[in-house]
Amino acid sequence: MIKHLLSAADLDAQHATLVLDTATELANLSSREVKKLPTLRGRTVVNLFYEDSTRTRISFEAAAKRLSADVINFSAKGSSVSKGESLKDTALTLQAMGADAVVVRHPASGAPHRLASWVDGSVVNAGDGTHEHPTQALLDAYTMRSRLGRVAGLHVAIVGDVLHSRVARSNVLLLTTLGAKVTVIGPPTLIPVDVGPALSPDLSVSYDLDAVLPDVDVVMMLRVQRERMNDSYFPSTREYARRYGLDVARMRRLPEHAIVMHPGPMVRGMEITPEVADSARSTIVEQVANGVSVRMAVLYLLLGGK
Amino acid sequence: MAFPQAASSSTTSGSPPSVKVILTETDLQRVVDRIAHQILEKTDGADGTVLLGIPTRGVPLARRLASRIAAFESVDVPVGVLDVTLYRDDLRLRATRALGPTEMPPGGIDGRRVILVDDVLFSGRTVRAALDALSDLGRPSSVQLAVIVDRGHRELPIRADYVGKNIPTARTEIVKVALAEIDGIDEVKLIGEETK
Repeated sequence: MIKHLLSAADLDAQHATLVLDTATELANLSSREVKKLPTLRGRTVVNLFYEDSTRTRISFEAAAKRLSADVINFSAKGSSVSKGESLKDTALTLQAMGADAVVVRHPASGAPHRLASWVDGSVVNAGDGTHEHPTQALLDAYTMRSRLGRVAGLHVAIVGDVLHSRVARSNVLLLTTLGAKVTVIGPPTLIPVDVGPALSPDLSVSYDLDAVLPDVDVVMMLRVQRERMNDSYFPSTREYARRYGLDVARMRRLPEHAIVMHPGPMVRGMEITPEVADSARSTIVEQVANGVSVRMAVLYLLLGGK
Repeated sequence: MAFPQAASSSTTSGSPPSVKVILTETDLQRVVDRIAHQILEKTDGADGTVLLGIPTRGVPLARRLASRIAAFESVDVPVGVLDVTLYRDDLRLRATRALGPTEMPPGGIDGRRVILVDDVLFSGRTVRAALDALSDLGRPSSVQLAVIVDRGHRELPIRADYVGKNIPTARTEIVKVALAEIDGIDEVKLIGEETK
C-alpha cells in the first residue's frame, strides 16, 4: 500500500499498470458532457509550487477539480516564502488547514520526501530539482500504451540533457519496471556517470543518436536545462542541435511506427525542429491531454479509499 | 494506493459457513427468461429501451436479457455498461476500488427507457450511485431496475421493477451469484454462518 507518490520506483509493475488502467477508464469519462465526478468531494488538494510550471500545475488542478476536490493553489511567489518562511513551516500551515493531499514541486531534490514526514496527507511529487517527476513518467507510459498498444518490449530512446532531467530518471525507473528497454543518449557531459547496464539490465547508454534511431519505437527528446547549468557542457547550441537535435532527416531514420515524445517545455530549433514537433508522429499535445487522466488516476488511487 | 479487494469477504468465525444453493443453472435460465418476458410485457415490446449492466455481474446479465428478448420477439435492445465506483458513498470506508468500464449503448440514453441490471439488490446504495452516474451521462425518459436476487435490508427508498427471486436473508449472510461468463458456472448461493 502506497500513501505517497514520491518516486517512480514506489510503483511496482502491478501498481503502475493499475494507475494506467484507471487512467484509461477516466479518459473515457472525459469525453462526455458532464466531466465532473463526485468522487473526491470534500477533500482538499494543495498545489504547492516553488518552481514555475505551466502544464503540471494546470493538469493537477484540472484533475483534482474533475474529481470534485477543493483545490488550493500555492506558489512561492506572493506567499510568505518570499518573507523567508521555511518549507517545514509552510508544511505545518498546510497541515493545520487539513490538506488531504499536497502536490509539490520544488527546486531542491528530495524536498517532497522531507515534506512527507511533516504532513499527514498524501504527498505527490510533481518534480523535485534534478531528481524525479513520477506523474510525467506515468503519463509518458500511458501515451506509449495508447499509441503503440503496450509498454513491455518497447525500445525507448531518451535523448538530451539526461543529467539534469527528473523526467529522464523517473522514465528510466518506470519504463524498466514495466518491461521496456531504455537507451539514454546525449553528449557524455550530460549523461550521469552511474547510468548504465549496472543500474538495470534493460538500460544502456549511447552517445550516437543516428546509430540508435533505426531501432527504437519511441524517441523522447529532453530540453537542455540551461537554468540548472553552471558550467559549459557543450561547445555551442548549434553543435548540440546538429548532433542531438531531432530534425526531419533524423526522423526519417525512425521505423514507420515510431513516435516522438517531449515532456515540454520545448525549445524549438534546439533539441527538436518545428517540423518534427508538429508532425503526425509527435505526441506532444496528446501527452498534455493524457496528463489530466493520469493525474486523476493518481489522486483517485491515493485519496479515493480508506 | 491499495489493491482492490475481492468482493467476497470471508467470515472468520470458528465454524465453517453453511452454503445453500438457491438457484441452479436451470433455475437461473428460467429466471432470466421470465424477466425478459416481463420487460417485453411491461415496456410494450421493449421499444426505445436500453439495458445498462452494472459491473461486474450485471454486465453479462444485461447481455443475456438482451439475447433472450431478441430470441422471443426479435427486438434488438442496445446494451451498455455503467460503472458506478466513482459515485459510491462508501469509498472512504474501504480500500481503493478498481474502476470498471463504462460503455454507452449505441445511440446513447437520452429520451430512452433505461433498465439498470444488477445481480443482487441489498442496501440499494449501488443503485443510488447508478442513478447519480446516469444523470451525468444524459437524461433517460425513465429508469427501471432489474435484479436476479432481492435479499432485503434496504437502506434507501429503492425498489426493483423486475425481480428474479426474493430471498429473505440475515444481514451477516452473503448472496453469491455466479455466472458462467465470469465464474465458469451458473449458480446462486446463500452463504451464512453456522449457528453457535
